[in-house]
Amino acid sequence: MFIYEKKLQYPVRVSGKDVRMAQAVLNQYGGADGEMSASMNYLTQRFSMPLNETKGLLTDIGTEELGHMEMVATLFKKLIEGATKDELIAAGMGGYYANHETCPFLLDASGVPWESKYTQAKGDPVADLYNDMAAEQKARATYESLIVLTDDPLVKDTLRWLREREIVHFQRFGEGLRLVEEYAGRQKYF
Amino acid sequence: MINNRYNQLFNEESSMLLDIQKLQFAIYDLSLYLDTHPNDPVALYKHNMLTQQLQQLRSTYEERFGILSIMGNESGNTWRYINSPWPWER
Repeated sequence: MFIYEKKLQYPVRVSGKDVRMAQAVLNQYGGADGEMSASMNYLTQRFSMPLNETKGLLTDIGTEELGHMEMVATLFKKLIEGATKDELIAAGMGGYYANHETCPFLLDASGVPWESKYTQAKGDPVADLYNDMAAEQKARATYESLIVLTDDPLVKDTLRWLREREIVHFQRFGEGLRLVEEYAGRQKYF
Repeated sequence: MINNRYNQLFNEESSMLLDIQKLQFAIYDLSLYLDTHPNDPVALYKHNMLTQQLQQLRSTYEERFGILSIMGNESGNTWRYINSPWPWER
């Protein structure tokens, strides 16, 4: 089960509102390579993991990604809070406001809603772990694009920290993949 | 006067919470490492040291400011868990 901890994994601060940036960071909430996809991927795939090491890894990284969803949603909320009518319309967020006001919603930066097609669970641990390593790299690349899109040092700080986590997760998934491949080699079931 | 006292309390609370966040982050990152290196004695030792520190800090924090999770022990006579600020309001 999951028990909520009333705190963010890492502080989220902004220097001021920035509606365009709010729209951009939404990509890491409900985008194909966002935190929702990552969390649902790992928390689902763990059911077919053959090793305790990778059951633990997918559980713990999948749980951390839930915390990252909370951080990205917080970043969105802080960036859009207090925006005026003109600022919302100028940033192309009039339609978004009409539907969700300033509440974060699972969409990518272009407004495409999140769907389970963004996730993979092949039931094959090698295929899934390769998929997860690719997912971490795609998320790292997205965070780098987001860092380019802002001049706010506080927003950059949060995004840099999230980018670093993708690199750590990639490393751990690589270790998990090596363990699974060694295990599969021992089984000789082909 | 009342405002100053409130601000001072809030600063104490947020700096203590930040210390908890730092400890929990270190523990989390070590745990991911331990998931794939379950027999590393140095990582195990560090994990134990940090979890002990966290336990102490957490019980002091929760007694003063309210529980961080509903599995904690609310020592006051009101359910301070719902008090502001929530994580996205800080």
